[in-house]
Amino acid sequence: MNLLEILRFAVRGLTANKLRSALTTLGITIGVAAVILLVAVGNGASAAIAASIQGLGTNVVNVSPMRGGQGAGARPLTVQDAHALVDPVGAPDVRAASPVVNTTATATYGQTSYAVPTVAGTEAAYFTTTNRAIADGALFGDEDVASARKVVVLGPTTAQALFGTAESAVGKNVLLNSIQFTVLGVLQAKGSTGLQNADDVAVAPLSAVQNSLSGYGSLNQIVVQAGSADSVALAQAEITAILDARHGIRAGAPADYQIQNSEQLLATRTSATQTFTVLLAAVAAISLLVGGIGVTNIMLVTVTERIREIGIRKAIGAPRSAILGQFLAEATMLSLFGGLLGVVIGVVGSQFTVAGITPVVVPSSIALAFAVSALIGLFFGSFPANRAAKLRPIDALRHE
Amino acid sequence: MKPVIAVSGLRKTYGGGETAVHALRGVDLVVRPGEYVAIMGASGSGKSTLLNMLGCLDVPTAGRYLLDGFSVADLNERQLALLRNRKIGFIFQSFNLVPRTSALSNVELPLVYSGLRRAERRRRALAALEMVGLTERARHLPSELSGGQQQRVAVARALVTGPALLLADEPTGNLDRASTADVLGVFDRLNALGRTVVVITHEDEVAAHAHRVVRVDDGLIVSDETRRTVGALT
Repeated sequence: MNLLEILRFAVRGLTANKLRSALTTLGITIGVAAVILLVAVGNGASAAIAASIQGLGTNVVNVSPMRGGQGAGARPLTVQDAHALVDPVGAPDVRAASPVVNTTATATYGQTSYAVPTVAGTEAAYFTTTNRAIADGALFGDEDVASARKVVVLGPTTAQALFGTAESAVGKNVLLNSIQFTVLGVLQAKGSTGLQNADDVAVAPLSAVQNSLSGYGSLNQIVVQAGSADSVALAQAEITAILDARHGIRAGAPADYQIQNSEQLLATRTSATQTFTVLLAAVAAISLLVGGIGVTNIMLVTVTERIREIGIRKAIGAPRSAILGQFLAEATMLSLFGGLLGVVIGVVGSQFTVAGITPVVVPSSIALAFAVSALIGLFFGSFPANRAAKLRPIDALRHE
Repeated sequence: MKPVIAVSGLRKTYGGGETAVHALRGVDLVVRPGEYVAIMGASGSGKSTLLNMLGCLDVPTAGRYLLDGFSVADLNERQLALLRNRKIGFIFQSFNLVPRTSALSNVELPLVYSGLRRAERRRRALAALEMVGLTERARHLPSELSGGQQQRVAVARALVTGPALLLADEPTGNLDRASTADVLGVFDRLNALGRTVVVITHEDEVAAHAHRVVRVDDGLIVSDETRRTVGALT
């Protein structure tokens, strides 16, 4: 009894009940496809975040208020803090510093209403610091900030949501929370980062946003541009010195703000998406496990249904190993075929954008999911197969 | 000549204690090569149990069984499978063909387990089917065959490995008169070719083909009567 014969018997056994085999296969297919696809989505999100942070520039330093736990002594980040950072004597390595407040608003144009997730109020230097270029129209300048003009630059996603593809947004008036702003320009697309879409923004002069939308609270961040990528560490030290002095923080005491360069930012964001990827993979793994239990269930049914056949085979001289082999081969074929189909579906599915994220297939996830599906066949199939093989011929033949 | 079957003090008890059922209560039987033996008895007499022991499908509670000189009790699972495959051809009352599998594949099955090559299997399976007169039905599924034809496929399957011993458990119990005659005709020819045949039956018509009639009652052999000597039919 060679391998080919065992496989031939297995195929015959599986094709005898095509619908049942197909449904069992489906369980494994969904599990494997889910593992590949969800891991690809998580990985795609990480990749997008990494790309967007790298797109920010390696010479950018982000200062943000430390959240929570600082008590009454904590001082907010102010516009004055931001301006104090631009000091050719005290901070020679800081080229520019832009205060930023973030808020949300509902934008209305004609009959169209759209909730903008990020409305940023900032100064003109923000655009060069963060590498945002204009696609249509113009950016606002320092005099717009100084005179608190109600002008806005929209991200491409926001512009399209309000004006559609046919109409140009430049020069139109939109309402942000019922306050009228004039659209100056539309930014070039930068791509989604998975967790937030950098193209779905409205950027307006800081003074205008504070006047009419956010009020005069703490800044959400100060975006600082260092002289070059090599001077980031020097700039960070200078920023620390200036802010410690302004906030009255003694040496060694915990600060009420935090400074992150793009590498640190990347590390924080990556660890967040890794958690997200692990969660997705766990959900997928559970569905694969459920598929495996489906294989066991069906093989148990098959064995019970075919006890008589097992008895016949034993009566004409089938050794235990041949029966074991036959049912193990059936279970493994089911799960391998399901796994193969799952790999195809997972890889094809990863070519599409899922929830704004372009999935990036992880080759090891394919290998892992496929290997697991093969092992599932062996592992979950061995119990029913062993049960079949151990039957005594006379008991099997008497079974009705 | 070495007996094909040599059984002494064979016992089989199902269950235990108060409710124990003694299916066989000490059977001694010797069958020599070339014999055609009919085992007769009422239902519940233990004749099927005896045949299952002879076919190594069941294990006795006590007693000694030598099959073609081998002590069956001393064999392990693997050797028993080999024994069932090479030495014994078993024919059941309810045919017991593997469903959804062609007649030819059914006949080939024992040869698959004995590890023969495909071409050789096919040749021998076709020869066995020819022996029972079903060559033109080789590709049919069991569900497409009549009862008599199914039983002849089962006979072909039993004899395809060239076993020393053919065991049949009421082989004509589910067949009409014409099919019964067909199957008995095959048995006669096989016996004439030197095969040892043991048949369980309660029909005198079937027993009439045998050399020797053994009657079983309540787990014991009550009579053993030889009607013809071996070779008398030919």
